[in-house]
Amino acid sequence: MTTFEAILLTIVTASTPLLIASLGELVAERSGVLNLGLEGMMAMGASCSFAAAVTFDSTLMGVGAGILAGGFMAALFAVVVLGFAANQVGSGLAVTIFGLGLSGLIGAPFVGARRDPVAPLNIPGLVDIPFIGRLFFGQDLFVYGSIALTVAVGLYLGRARAGLVLRSIGENHASAHALGLPVLRTRFLAILFGGACAGLAGAYLSLVYTRFWSPGMTAGRGWIALALVVFAAWRPRWVLIGAYIFGAATVLQLHAQAAQFGVPSQLLSAVPYLATILALLLLSLRHGRAIGTPGSLGVPFVPDR
Amino acid sequence: MHHLHSGLQRLLATTVFNLFQSELQCVKEELSSSARPLVELRGISKRYGELLANDAVDLAIRPGEIHALLGENGAGKSTLVKILYGVVEPSAGEIQWEGRPVTIASPVEARALGIGMVFQHFSLFDELTVAENIAVALSDDWTLDAVRARLGDISHSYGLALEADRAVWTLSAGERQRIEIVRCLLQGPRLLILDEPTSVLTPQEAEHLFLTLDKLSAEGVSILYISHKLEEVRRLCQTATILRAGKNVASIDPRAHSAREIAALMVGNEVGGVRSTAPHVPKGEMLTVDSLSLPTGSLHGVALSSIDLAAHAGEVVGIAGIAGNGQSELFAALSGERPTDRNDAIIIAGHPCGAAGIDARRRLGAAFVPEERLGHAAAPTHRLSENTLISHAAAEVSRSGFILLRAARRLARAIVQSFDVRMPEADPQARKLSGGNLQKFVIGREMIRNPAVLVVDQPTWGVDAGAARLIRQALVDLATAGSAVIVISQDLDELFEIADRMAVIHQGRLSPMKPVSEWTKESVGLEMLGVAENSGEAVHAL
Repeated sequence: MTTFEAILLTIVTASTPLLIASLGELVAERSGVLNLGLEGMMAMGASCSFAAAVTFDSTLMGVGAGILAGGFMAALFAVVVLGFAANQVGSGLAVTIFGLGLSGLIGAPFVGARRDPVAPLNIPGLVDIPFIGRLFFGQDLFVYGSIALTVAVGLYLGRARAGLVLRSIGENHASAHALGLPVLRTRFLAILFGGACAGLAGAYLSLVYTRFWSPGMTAGRGWIALALVVFAAWRPRWVLIGAYIFGAATVLQLHAQAAQFGVPSQLLSAVPYLATILALLLLSLRHGRAIGTPGSLGVPFVPDR
Repeated sequence: MHHLHSGLQRLLATTVFNLFQSELQCVKEELSSSARPLVELRGISKRYGELLANDAVDLAIRPGEIHALLGENGAGKSTLVKILYGVVEPSAGEIQWEGRPVTIASPVEARALGIGMVFQHFSLFDELTVAENIAVALSDDWTLDAVRARLGDISHSYGLALEADRAVWTLSAGERQRIEIVRCLLQGPRLLILDEPTSVLTPQEAEHLFLTLDKLSAEGVSILYISHKLEEVRRLCQTATILRAGKNVASIDPRAHSAREIAALMVGNEVGGVRSTAPHVPKGEMLTVDSLSLPTGSLHGVALSSIDLAAHAGEVVGIAGIAGNGQSELFAALSGERPTDRNDAIIIAGHPCGAAGIDARRRLGAAFVPEERLGHAAAPTHRLSENTLISHAAAEVSRSGFILLRAARRLARAIVQSFDVRMPEADPQARKLSGGNLQKFVIGREMIRNPAVLVVDQPTWGVDAGAARLIRQALVDLATAGSAVIVISQDLDELFEIADRMAVIHQGRLSPMKPVSEWTKESVGLEMLGVAENSGEAVHAL
């Protein structure tokens, strides 16, 4: 295995959690809800999944616990922003802070524990193809699952009737309500989906990416996932591309640091975040306003019955 | 000759038939059989906190009837139809559909019964295509392809041309309304509700709509038609139910009453017209716009292209046009919210100020009233006294950066008194005033400065008849006193009533300015569509 191949493999590992979390956030935002609690939901997913995996010595249990933890935080968020029509920005920030704190509490007894690597799903024959074999046919289930999820979300939003209803609600919730579309129910489910994805992304971080737990290990990935959705102009295809660009930026700055480029390491660590700001800036310069923004994004909805 | 003859015969036959029928109906009503209404509302009430929006309203619509629902803003029309369409739940009362009581808990249930609704401010989704907008409101078994296929048939048989794959934000108001109507027709409705359908249409588009409605009515579809334009109600409807302050005050045949009589029923007393004391004698030019061009400021905005305009002291200049044709952009350019690069593109009282901001223009004696009163003309959560600061900051209510609260309160009181602003408490927050009263305050705040130039966008939009009359009178009086007044409005009747000269804005271009006496509704309508130069051929293609 060449160094170059190894770099490509780590890029896939770095990109997958971003992709999963962004897809969930994309669905929530397309329904009109801005979920700034993403980082907290990911942290909860990471700690709960690691705790469950170590306790039951089962990766499957860990993944299940991660999804449930993300979903639980999302349900909490949904009750506040849908049931009480609270400000979504404030509530989201609160969920992030709460999630980071609670995940530290849950994960505290498990600091120092380690998990074995998750076995890759080697496809016989194909995995032995030189250079690209491991990259395309020797990944774990999470990676294949995240690609399948991208396709599924794309089809759901673009082709399915339920996806059309969700997009309509995000575009103009007053019109949707007047037509009798279930605004709050659709948003509730979209937030739950977003939370479950964030939990899964967190589980991937602690079970596959690092294989240990430490407080604050999400390290701003939730925020990058949020920026990715804007960067992708709310389209699943572009989320896939964007996630891999950002994943690559994260990995390459590590290698650049290792190679001792003579650039301060702090500056190199900041590269992915600077790239986020740059991408947003370029997008906004090109369109005047970010194209594809759901019309009702972030606006609380109160039905007038 | 033959045509005329058979026409007369048919007329005679229908008259006799109608007479016979009405007699029959009396008999039938006694027997209470098939002449029963399609839908009947009995004692419907709706309470929002302190406010009784509907107070024991009765309404009955017969099959195939075009039934008008009339009333001023706030009379409870919209609440009543929202109840009928299942959007709002009534506090009391009963709905009967073909004689049996029903509860309509949601628009989905309303549509299942056969009720379709065309909304006033459209229930469309801008970024979606025409076909998607239609499919989303239909039942689950409609696919996009099925919608595309049926769209052609419906478009053809009712003359409602639509392109399935266009995004809605690229369409005109008339086309948007067609989407709403087609959406209803695809569900084979028994009752079609239209909420102020002509408020966004040109006279020609409105006439086209009436033909479609006549056709639907002839096919047996009942229509509930909400409007405050009395002439079109008299043209279209067989019955009119009139609401005032949530109660129904009369149910009449609108064709048998004059528009004036109906208006008196709606308002509760006679509404006078605006009186002009003397014909306006224009003097010097107070506002000059010289080939003003401005690129679009927002994603779906309109660019202004080489606009020429002159307003003289002592006249009211009207600017007509359908919503979204550059009115708000023109207002922003005139007020200085969007300065231009060429300083001499806009000249106020002899001073070039195209590149100057809004406060500099105010110092030259100009005043501005934007369309949106809450949030643009007034800060919703600020008190009226604080709201005087918005346009009087340079004047008597502040000194070296500090607010003179007592002077501000005095100024607010003066405005409230001279413009008859009714308030729930002393010096309330702006958001606590009703639309009409806030508009009176906002216009009064600008007028009390005695501006040399006043630019108003939609002065009486969504304002009740009494307040609208007061505002129009004040605008005319201001011009009489020697100011130049520019009124941008989508209400043609208003412009014909108060303007001395008028032009039409269409896609960011301004038509030639002519005295109002030289305009007709038809010629204005053609300019609104931008087809005036094509000798009106294109109108038939609508």
